[in-house]
Amino acid sequence: MRFDTVIIGGGLSGLVCGLKLQKAGKRCAIVSAGQNAMHFFSGGFGLLSRLPDGTPVTSPFEAIDSLPDNHPYRLIGCGNLEKYASEAVTLLADCGVKTTGGGKENGWIISASGKPKQAWLALDDITFINSNEEKIGNSALIINIEGFLDFNTSFIAEAFEKQGIRCRIASVMTPEIDRVRNNPSEMRSSNIAKLMSRETARSAFMLEINKKYDDDDIIVLPAVFGLNSDEDVIGIRRNAPAKICFVGTLPPSVPGIRTQMKLKRSFEEMGGVFLMGDKAVRAEIIDGEVKEVVTENLGDITLTADNYVLASGSYFGHGLIADYNEVTEPVCGLDVDYCKERENWFNPDFFKAQKYIGFGVKTDEKFRARKDGRTITNLYVAGSILGGFNPLLEGSGSGVALTTALCISDSILGR
Amino acid sequence: MASNKQNEFDVIVIGGGITGAGTARDCSLRGLKTLLIERNDIADGATGRNHGLLHSGARYAVTDQESATECIQENMILKKVANHCVDDTTGFFITLPEDDLAYQAKFVESCTKAGIKAEILDPEEAKRLEPSVNPDIIGAVRVPDGSVDPFRLCSSNVVDAKLHGAKVLVYNEVIGFIKAGDTITGVKVYDKQTHETAEYRAPITVNAGGIWGHKIAGMAGAQIGMFPAKGALLIFAHRVNGIVLNRCRKPANADILVPGDTVCVIGTTSTRVPYEECDNMKVTPEEVSLLISEGEKLAPCLKDTRILRAYAGVRPLVSADNDPSGRNISRGIVLFDHETRDGIKGLITITGGKLMTYRLMAEMATDLVCKKLNNGNKCETRTTPLPGSGEGDVKEVSKKIWANPTTAQKATVGRAGSFASKIGMQSKEDLSLVCECEEVPESEVNNAIQNLDVHNLVDLRRRTRVGMGTCQGELCACRAAGLLGKAHGCAERARQDLVDFMNERWKGIYPVARGESLREAEFTEWVYSECLGLGDEQ
Repeated sequence: MRFDTVIIGGGLSGLVCGLKLQKAGKRCAIVSAGQNAMHFFSGGFGLLSRLPDGTPVTSPFEAIDSLPDNHPYRLIGCGNLEKYASEAVTLLADCGVKTTGGGKENGWIISASGKPKQAWLALDDITFINSNEEKIGNSALIINIEGFLDFNTSFIAEAFEKQGIRCRIASVMTPEIDRVRNNPSEMRSSNIAKLMSRETARSAFMLEINKKYDDDDIIVLPAVFGLNSDEDVIGIRRNAPAKICFVGTLPPSVPGIRTQMKLKRSFEEMGGVFLMGDKAVRAEIIDGEVKEVVTENLGDITLTADNYVLASGSYFGHGLIADYNEVTEPVCGLDVDYCKERENWFNPDFFKAQKYIGFGVKTDEKFRARKDGRTITNLYVAGSILGGFNPLLEGSGSGVALTTALCISDSILGR
Repeated sequence: MASNKQNEFDVIVIGGGITGAGTARDCSLRGLKTLLIERNDIADGATGRNHGLLHSGARYAVTDQESATECIQENMILKKVANHCVDDTTGFFITLPEDDLAYQAKFVESCTKAGIKAEILDPEEAKRLEPSVNPDIIGAVRVPDGSVDPFRLCSSNVVDAKLHGAKVLVYNEVIGFIKAGDTITGVKVYDKQTHETAEYRAPITVNAGGIWGHKIAGMAGAQIGMFPAKGALLIFAHRVNGIVLNRCRKPANADILVPGDTVCVIGTTSTRVPYEECDNMKVTPEEVSLLISEGEKLAPCLKDTRILRAYAGVRPLVSADNDPSGRNISRGIVLFDHETRDGIKGLITITGGKLMTYRLMAEMATDLVCKKLNNGNKCETRTTPLPGSGEGDVKEVSKKIWANPTTAQKATVGRAGSFASKIGMQSKEDLSLVCECEEVPESEVNNAIQNLDVHNLVDLRRRTRVGMGTCQGELCACRAAGLLGKAHGCAERARQDLVDFMNERWKGIYPVARGESLREAEFTEWVYSECLGLGDEQ
């Protein structure tokens, strides 16, 4: 099958790249193996909240020059980075993903443990505040769905009370939710979201909330609404007796799945081909050029294109594979930037920066991949498979995914 | 002799490992007012850091007949009195082409002499019975090995001691002895949670501190020459073998593969370590590669099996009293009466031995305690089942409790035995799954918090297996932290506990992380940092 561009990876960077190229009239195929980082998306897009040495960053664009030379943001360049960042906001909005924030300064979202966490941009339904000291109200009613263990109300209340917000915790139950509980492993966010996509289920739920409500400033709910569209979120908000503050849950992330679905739908509406559940197994590389990509499901029918994009993610997406003493890229066998001494890969403190998370494939200044020290002229790399940055430490995972995807799309379009 | 005073006991047992727990149980069964003191959680030391092998004794048959005989006797006793902790898998001693087949005959002869049923199998038959075994085997002998859950075994002993009136103090460390002349009359204890000190008195104290017993004896003024021998092990994410696999040769490194619950364990190594390291064992890269390469010889499919974690324990080996060099080491049971040995009255030490022989050790220690207290009651632990044991297998016990048991209910019976009937498992709330890998329901977690001295997530893991499965706690730990926070009424403590728990899990994960386990670790990092915001930022 012949396309203009073949993209390996259907996560945030692969989709954004496909959307931009498709919009510019290029015919694209995305090979998506399934799980990607959107499944544990907090609802906040991070651009940069810390430098590699740990220094906190509040104005991400101003901090770009302090990053190491090989950091993806440095390769993009500061001026271009601002351009791509705002282009990303527009592109998301065009796909129906409404956001808040996205300015010069970072804001904060409320994480699943109730602690504020820096984010540059946030989904519209996620509470976004300008400062971690900003109180979202004087009193909060924190509501959970009975038996849903993936939303920790006491952690949230503890964090809120530290800020001087009075909290009440309640749990609600409706006959419909009760039926979901018949199977003990069904009480997970995505299953509840499926149930709540029914108007009757939401009304019964709201009725119970109204019973618990007693003049609280805000009502905190788990973000388990709207798997496929914003309608469920809007419906809840419309009928609520007070301002609703949605807080994320343990994975899967319902807002993350919804965002991915919207991007995928837009991509397909524009004529893009999304190969769901297929996996790129090998790329034929001759004389520094990718000739074709072989996938698991298509077998002998290979994918060919002028340009190829590798956006297969880090270890989680199987973009990188670690063995005891080496890290490899399994599809194309690209050169990977990693530390040879395994003892340096890990920090014994789980919550400290882990070096292995910063490993990734090597590229030239245009994000073109390298194999055996040589640039592959038609293979571009985007997102968390890239080396040169540590997304967890820096809070830059989604920022790198968005901006590198837009940047390489320009290169492919010859801009 | 019995006293009504709160801090006075007939006997104080120091150490909440299997030996101390067993001794406390035996003492309370014989009617003694017993206090068990543990500085951390029960089963925190060597008890929770071994193979979980229910030895048949075959491993020691050639080199140490005495240990072999002890093992097979205890093996048969535990299969009866602790059947909810035991998996009667049987075991093979296999001969590989590089091993001397002549050893097999000597091995079988020694086993028979020790009373261990040892049956030579045709290698083809062995391969049919255990498909994971190395296909190159040239010999196989079947013995009555099995596997035992040391956490459950230890917990059951503690539960039974409490049912018979014992008081159990966890997170309490003995910081000194109370003496009257040359007699130990009690202990000074520091409570790590309340930061208070207290004194407890008894005419006799049993030191069952394992490798830490060296320090405890030292506080009383007695020297015990110990030889801290570290043993490293690896846990694989699947139960690749159904039958215990051993090498039929002189005991060496990494030659036992034990199936246990949903996993299997390969081990062990043996290295002398300084006392200072006993509290913080690390598994080295050399040990990991040795365990893997030797493990593959037992079951080649281990090469492609995901490793969950690496861990190490310290054997409390004792060197002979007259040999300061530590070369003459006994793996057997050591019972010291410090009155006759060192002129210190009111203190005895029970050490050496093995998980397998804990009951016998407890019996020996309690016999001495009773002799000193002029208590004529006989030991009952040979025949009295532990709580949860003795009522058939998981299927039978489940059927007795529920008409149509679910898999989660059966999993709970697997862990708690007939005690599962005391855990409410009827309502939907009770049955909500906290840990999906190990199928642990909410009611079992709440039961452990209320009834089994659970103070934190690590304790909870030892009681219920929450966080022991494939994901190593990435989601279940967080759910359980919510339940603990609710039970203890303190979210801040639960949050810190969650951080500590994840660090404890990570310690065993990173030395072996690669492929899928490294992928899972990355995912866990994302969940804790990205979703929960629990990283070290700000």
